[in-house]
Amino acid sequence: MSLTQAPMRRFSNLLYRRPNLYLAMLLIPPLIWFGAIYLGSLLTLLWQGFYTFDDFTMAVTPDLTLANFAALFQPSNFDIILRTLSMAIVVSLASAIVAFPIAYYMARYTTGKTKAFFYIAVMMPMWASYIVKAYAWTLLLAKGGVAQWFVQHLGLEPLLQFVLGIPGVGGSTLSTSHLGRFMVFVYIWLPFMILPIQASLERLPPSLLQASADLGAKPRQTFMQVILPLSVPGIAAGSIFTFSLTLGDFIVPQLVGPPGYFVGGMVYAQQGAIGNMPMAAAFTLVPIVLIAVYLSIVKRLGAFDAL
Amino acid sequence: MSAHKTALLSALTTALLASASLQAAEPLKAVGAGEGQLDIVAWPGYIERGESDKAYDWVTGFEKETGCKVNVKTAATSDEMVSLMAKGGYDLVTASGDASLRLIVGKRVQPINTALIPNWKTIDPRLKDAPWYVVGQQTYGTPYQWGPNVLMYNTNVFKTAPTSWNVLFEAQNLPDGKPNKGRVQAYDGPIYIADAALYLKSTKPELGIQSPYELTETQYKAVLDLLRAQQPLIHRYWHDTTVQMSDFKNEGVVASSAWPYQVNGLINEKQPIASTIPKEGATGWADTTMLHSEAKHPNCAYKWMDWSLQPKVQGDVAAWFGSLPAVPAACTGSELLGAEGCKTNGFDQFDKIAFWKTPQAEGGKFVPYSRWTQDYIAIMGGR
Repeated sequence: MSLTQAPMRRFSNLLYRRPNLYLAMLLIPPLIWFGAIYLGSLLTLLWQGFYTFDDFTMAVTPDLTLANFAALFQPSNFDIILRTLSMAIVVSLASAIVAFPIAYYMARYTTGKTKAFFYIAVMMPMWASYIVKAYAWTLLLAKGGVAQWFVQHLGLEPLLQFVLGIPGVGGSTLSTSHLGRFMVFVYIWLPFMILPIQASLERLPPSLLQASADLGAKPRQTFMQVILPLSVPGIAAGSIFTFSLTLGDFIVPQLVGPPGYFVGGMVYAQQGAIGNMPMAAAFTLVPIVLIAVYLSIVKRLGAFDAL
Repeated sequence: MSAHKTALLSALTTALLASASLQAAEPLKAVGAGEGQLDIVAWPGYIERGESDKAYDWVTGFEKETGCKVNVKTAATSDEMVSLMAKGGYDLVTASGDASLRLIVGKRVQPINTALIPNWKTIDPRLKDAPWYVVGQQTYGTPYQWGPNVLMYNTNVFKTAPTSWNVLFEAQNLPDGKPNKGRVQAYDGPIYIADAALYLKSTKPELGIQSPYELTETQYKAVLDLLRAQQPLIHRYWHDTTVQMSDFKNEGVVASSAWPYQVNGLINEKQPIASTIPKEGATGWADTTMLHSEAKHPNCAYKWMDWSLQPKVQGDVAAWFGSLPAVPAACTGSELLGAEGCKTNGFDQFDKIAFWKTPQAEGGKFVPYSRWTQDYIAIMGGR
């Protein structure tokens, strides 16, 4: 008995006398996981961006160069970055506009069962596989599909043709246009915008609205000067999701929309098709930088208080 | 004494192991007993054991006869196949011509001893010594299936088959009087540059294109110019067969390069679709069953390579996949394929096909595949 207990007792005494050791033992395993496996692999990946890719032998050599990062600014590569970034911004704006009324209604006018219904209705699309939804949209937007049927029966075909003719918005048909891709993105990421806005609106004390009304503010003034500013953190939090998810997506751009890669598709093509790991690694840096910039902007808007 | 014995034994074992591993680098001298297992990387639908349709089963019989349990890992693209083989742990791969040279140069696959494959002599003479699997007089694997990249078209628009690929490459009015802009598709892969090169080979003979996979800088530039002019006409660059089939049904697409697989699928759905190989010829793919350089089950692998060349197996695969057998006897040896199956899928068109192979620089003479990839990405993006 005493033989087996003695080392244990000494060990516990040691831990008691040195609380820092105790803490270190608790924290080191997760820190190794995060530091070595997560950050380590990420840094290794980025480090490969400095390697040289030889066009003739199609082999990667560890000679350091900045050529890959410089190549990001070649017109065709820079196109890809601009294409992805502008889509991410537009999708975030549109999601916020669509999500706000829904979130507002959920937060202010529903209770109990109705509220549960709305929660489920918002979450339900997330139960279905993302790929199934994207494929379904290719059929919805097709020339013989539901969307066009409505357009035809409402007599809006000339309008659609006009919209499809606008450069930067249109394309040869709805499912191969920028507009179509934009609609699919907004649909797929909408729940990620609704929930944070709803959370921030729910936290808004009703007394503030009453005070605003008592002081003679019209509903529009209350909305513009009380509700909207206080819900900005929620909108910003939601836009983190919509922005970064659009930035990293490579399946929707493949299935819907005009030709031309997004950053994700480009990384996949460089790494998968030609084994040009250095160029793929250089492209990986793009979303990291963009999201870092974006996060620093929304942090000022207080997004992290609403998560 | 016993210590000495142990040392001697371990030295002997090491020597034996070393010689065994040396031997593995050489082609097998004789096929021994099966190892009881076989791991294959294959295209979806290439290795069927009757799970999708009972009639299509060419694995169960092999397992019964040889005792080699077959595990299949399907891969959707040539690139995925190359990366799976690089990872290792597989014995065989059904590699297309745009992957096979990469596997050979990367030393992922080993040459085989054709004398150990009794069915070798039945192979279509047209496929023997083809450059996508025979390198430096060494044979890397057995041919499995081949097929053309056809011009698929809508018969309501084209009352007679289009005779040239120019319906895809040049802006023009189609027989129904409407322009082809937004109603044609091209393949979403850099290997499609070869299709454009093949078209220029006959329409612009002054460029002197010999092979669409070996392009000099001037030829390459002319090909890219053609593809740039084609970009505004394209409805979508396709790579997903399901999406392409739905585009022909629902999106008003009327002509595109395609595989017999989509053509057969749409005809089975009673769509007004047919296919042709225009006068310029066509690109195509020829797949080879290749043996991994560190295959753990070489005996089973040799047994499979022989088995896969049986007329019935070859014919059944061709019927299931819409491809063509590497063994001519298969055209009459499979009920599933039927008497006309080979003709329908294009057996007589072999000479018109420029088979896929990975473009290589060959010391700077030609534009390599990595440039093809980068430039095709730029063209699809409208540059």
